Amino acid sequence: MLAPEPWSAERAAEVIDRHRARPGPLLPLLHELQEVFGCIPDQAIRPVAEALNLSRAEVHGVVSFYHDYRRSLPGRHVLKLCQAEACQAMGCRSLAAQACEQLGIGMGETTADGRVTLEAVYCLGLCATAPSAMLDGAVHGRLTPGRLDLLLDGLT
Amino acid sequence: MTGRIFVPGDAAAVAVGADEVAAALLREAPDLSLVRTGSRGLFWLEPLIEVQTPAGRIGYGPVTAADVPGLLAAGLRDGGAHPLRLGRPEELPFLRRQTRLTFARCGIVDPRCLDDYRAHGGYAGLARAVSLGPAATLEEVVQSGLRGRGGAGFPTGIKWRTVAAAPGAPKFIVCNADEGDSGTFSDRMIMEGDPFVLIEGMTIAGFAVGATRGYIYVRSEYPHAIAALNDAIAIARATGWLGTNIADSGFAFDIEVRVGAGAYVCGEETALLDSIEGRRGQVRAKPPLPAHVGLFGQPTVINNVISLATVPVILAEGAARYRDLGMGRSRGTMPIQLAGNVRHGGLFEAAFGVTLGELVDDIGGGTASGRKVRAVQVGGPLGAYFPRALFATPFDYEAFAAADGLIGHGGVVVFDDTVDMAEQARFAMEFCAIESCGKCTPCRLGSTRGVEVMARIMRGEHVAANRALLVDLCETMKFGSLCALGGFTPYPVISALTHFPEDFAGPPLHAAAA
Repeated sequence: MLAPEPWSAERAAEVIDRHRARPGPLLPLLHELQEVFGCIPDQAIRPVAEALNLSRAEVHGVVSFYHDYRRSLPGRHVLKLCQAEACQAMGCRSLAAQACEQLGIGMGETTADGRVTLEAVYCLGLCATAPSAMLDGAVHGRLTPGRLDLLLDGLT
Repeated sequence: MTGRIFVPGDAAAVAVGADEVAAALLREAPDLSLVRTGSRGLFWLEPLIEVQTPAGRIGYGPVTAADVPGLLAAGLRDGGAHPLRLGRPEELPFLRRQTRLTFARCGIVDPRCLDDYRAHGGYAGLARAVSLGPAATLEEVVQSGLRGRGGAGFPTGIKWRTVAAAPGAPKFIVCNADEGDSGTFSDRMIMEGDPFVLIEGMTIAGFAVGATRGYIYVRSEYPHAIAALNDAIAIARATGWLGTNIADSGFAFDIEVRVGAGAYVCGEETALLDSIEGRRGQVRAKPPLPAHVGLFGQPTVINNVISLATVPVILAEGAARYRDLGMGRSRGTMPIQLAGNVRHGGLFEAAFGVTLGELVDDIGGGTASGRKVRAVQVGGPLGAYFPRALFATPFDYEAFAAADGLIGHGGVVVFDDTVDMAEQARFAMEFCAIESCGKCTPCRLGSTRGVEVMARIMRGEHVAANRALLVDLCETMKFGSLCALGGFTPYPVISALTHFPEDFAGPPLHAAAA
């Protein structure tokens, strides 16, 4: 993963300008801001609202509605474990418990050393090779306790 | 000529090591020309690689990177004998029993090669549409009997006719690729394995109704599909298959991919439109229908990926060929997805009418764990759980509705006898609470109350009274919610309670939950 850039109003303005004229600009704009800064920083809300002629409440409302948008930086690695029905049928609940125990955190939390953020995801479309996960954007299927161990061990 | 070898680039194949197999082949056999395809949809055999031989393609699987040197030594180039050799994939029973129309090319062609697409019948549908003209094209889709494959099953042609007749310009074609239902992956497979068919289908839709712009709203959980679509759109633009004068017909159409942001409810068509417009993905009250007042307030066709990807073959081969397949009011084929705890999981496209029992026991081969099948959830997280007693139900919109279920987007998730159906019912309520858009009260509050009631039942508190309360709550959600999220969450809950009442008796089964 690319390391997130520190907040820069100029960099944000550059991203905003790239999207402001297109129809329905807010989601693609927020996606790119998060790609650049690793999250949607508080400082970003006002310039986005001003550029799109929205209230700050409206922008905040969109950011908080969608599960993908983060208000703070995640860990260096993000592990998403699918917790939907097809993966449940193949034992994803015990894999989640295993990951929580080994990392010492709950779902949706980040380890104290900032190493890993653990999240539940509801379906990666890998339902015939369940249970599945996404680690830093890479997909993994047919997970077993042993294979999850290997994934977790590789996170530095 | 150098030999050609095909390795799927489909996300599910990649998740089980297809990239590593491709890398090993490039390293060990640089003379071979390697093609990354989509998946054939036989996921228990992935990574399933194929080699071109004079006798046709020969498959091997499931292959790991470590198998590659041994395969080459055994004569992989010529389809040589090896324990992993499967023979011609078309001869495998799982594929031989299918009728592949929508998925005819998936797993066979290079999804990033337009010539390959055209060599396998691509753009024959658009050519026929252009020769017929918009009105007759629309009529073909009506006559085919195609119904919305996203789940609602509304006749596609009727929807198009409404948009074509609606005053106003511009009009839009929106493709719903927010495939959030667990147990479904047919949209993902088509987008990754045959993206041009979706582009062609949307182009035909635009031609038929007079729309010049299309949007594909893809969920962010599908990065491989997003990349494949963007590449295919760029190729189509560069070669004149999208743009101002498509194939010298004078018709102008272009497509843009929009990426979702992790909200299940955006698979609901009006929430999806709000999301493209840049708002919270909240459901709109209907009427007005999107066909009259849709994206940016304009007349809009909004169809699922599979509906649109099926249009080219209907046009190319004629409505009658499609309509003659199926049963009752369910015409044509349905790409059924076998998933979860199933031995032979994958994509099974067949005419409507195959029974649930055939799908699970026969085609799916029972559970992956080898234990007894106890329950099957059909139609995603909002679909009903079926017990073995209902396995004679044929795959058909009306037959599933009559059995208090739905076929939805065609996902079939198999559970073995270790499943706790009370926990599944509790999860259905929890999922609804997590994903509710919050606009209507029965869904927003009902789902949270549902989680609480289920927890009380599982702890053994006033079980009979709480079961009655659960049924009452489900009635309220079913009839009072604005969309299918709140309205259909009762399906898994009530079906679990009806067919598996023994799991709703409180402890000792749920002593651990106390």
